[in-house]
Amino acid sequence: MSQGVGVVGLYVRDQDEALQFYVEKLGFRVHTDAKNGGYRWLTVQHPDQPSFQLGLFTPGPPTVDAATAQTLRESVAKGAMPPLVLVVDDCRAAYEKMRARGVEFMQEPVDRYGSVDAGFRDPSGNGWKMIQARKAS
Amino acid sequence: MNGHTSQDPELLRRLLRAKDRMDAASHEEWPVDRLARVSHVSEAHFARSFKDAFGVPPHRYLLTRRIERATALLRDTEVSITDIAFQTGWKSLGTFGRTFRDVTGESPSDLRAREQAARHQPEPVPACILSAAHRPNLTSAVSEKRRQEAGDINDSEEKTEVP
Repeated sequence: MSQGVGVVGLYVRDQDEALQFYVEKLGFRVHTDAKNGGYRWLTVQHPDQPSFQLGLFTPGPPTVDAATAQTLRESVAKGAMPPLVLVVDDCRAAYEKMRARGVEFMQEPVDRYGSVDAGFRDPSGNGWKMIQARKAS
Repeated sequence: MNGHTSQDPELLRRLLRAKDRMDAASHEEWPVDRLARVSHVSEAHFARSFKDAFGVPPHRYLLTRRIERATALLRDTEVSITDIAFQTGWKSLGTFGRTFRDVTGESPSDLRAREQAARHQPEPVPACILSAAHRPNLTSAVSEKRRQEAGDINDSEEKTEVP
């Protein structure tokens, strides 16, 4: 695939903490970690999805002013950012593995008409749904 | 009341944890001291900070979650209304029915009949996100809403929020 969405970014409160979370607890890989002065472009990838990068960015100058950055940090910490979905083959197995690694789950796996979903947050407050799709019949 | 009050993101993250805990177990009792412990703040600080952060007092938030769950059970299952009342955390069927009507504008049995008659194909939105999108938007206390609908006549209505 040569066209499509390449990077979607999340705001996080601390890039080192986010990096550790997405790599060590979720099993993502670092794609790019480039510092330019005070700015750090940091993206990670799901191992099965080489065409997509998840950006882990802190809000702040020069991209946004200090007051806007404060509002964004508050929004992230309140869980007010848009939904994120992680697709997995086996939601219960992934839940057990991630929980053992200390991931903060807000919802245990629940069956909904053949699909199974759970919910967790990253350390900053970004909320993920982890969904195991219904088996195609 | 108007304008944005700046709050410490670190505190907000801990308040979010209390909100998540209510989401995960809305049928349980969530007195302020329990919520304050989850957030590691004093009880006095908790109630005010929660409202500043999420726009509603913690107990009204819990109420919307219970109504949301009850609505889903009425719509999607054949569980009896009595069982739904107790499963979603109410101590009496009467309180459940009255509160449900106050919040949604119809009784649990009317809602069930209407939803089941108009059963349509679910849209391709994850069910968990869909149910949050249909959460009742309680901008005032239930007792207050009740008073307004009664034409502000009976001010003697109970002042405490249910549940």
